[in-house]
Amino acid sequence: MINIPVEHYLIVGAALFCIGLAIAVTKQHLIGILLGIELMLNAVNINLIAFSRHDPEKIGGQLFALFVIVVAAAEVTVALAIILRVYGHFRTVEPDKINELKN
Amino acid sequence: MNMEIAAFYGFSGLAVISALFILFSRNLIYAAFALFITFLGVAALYVLAGADFLAVTQIMVYVGGILVLLIFGIMLTQKADREAVSSTPNKVLVMVKRQVWGFLVAISLFAFLSFIITTANFKMTGETNISRSTIKTIGVELMTSHLLPFEIAAILLLMALVGAAYLALNRNPVSHD
Repeated sequence: MINIPVEHYLIVGAALFCIGLAIAVTKQHLIGILLGIELMLNAVNINLIAFSRHDPEKIGGQLFALFVIVVAAAEVTVALAIILRVYGHFRTVEPDKINELKN
Repeated sequence: MNMEIAAFYGFSGLAVISALFILFSRNLIYAAFALFITFLGVAALYVLAGADFLAVTQIMVYVGGILVLLIFGIMLTQKADREAVSSTPNKVLVMVKRQVWGFLVAISLFAFLSFIITTANFKMTGETNISRSTIKTIGVELMTSHLLPFEIAAILLLMALVGAAYLALNRNPVSHD
């Protein structure tokens, strides 16, 4: 079993994180922004699991990644509920057009 | 060429290429399916790093739950574009300022992170040859030393369930005229 060096996992994680950041900044749709955030959370999990490979006795990194997955699931449900409310109120999902708090 | 190395670079290339497809695609449904491929690639990277339980959890939670939810959200919110008729002006696809800044920030952050990672020179200790399953270790750790975060996660999920159901409730159905 050949060991892949930990730097390669970190490079893949950094690439996915930066692509997720670009998606979250440039998308013109609220759910597009949510896709970028999910991608960033996954990229962070890659780092945690790559370092957890070197700690097989009590795998702290994998447990942390498990809690990150739980928080991501909770976050996406609440965000989708808010997006549906915003769409029902403003009839649009473009973040640039939602520019008033009181209507 | 070792099989494991080929699998690692193949799956990481798959994940990165489909993530780039999300970034450049204009159709959000295609972007969601590209995110599906990215999640599968990331799950394969988990398997190659020895985290079998996390890979299965990733597939079940992300692909089975979150992605279905996102596709539902896209379908529920994209009905407004169907009203576009020939009298509406065409959209001119120019790079707005936000896109320029987004690409600039992302590329510079990636350059910065890869510089740090390549110059960090990690001295890793510990055995990396994981050939047994991690499920037993995860179960024991969750029930002993990580019991408080486990319970907090349970309460968080319950609160998110109740809060999402309350938020998505249609409180004034007559205002949709």
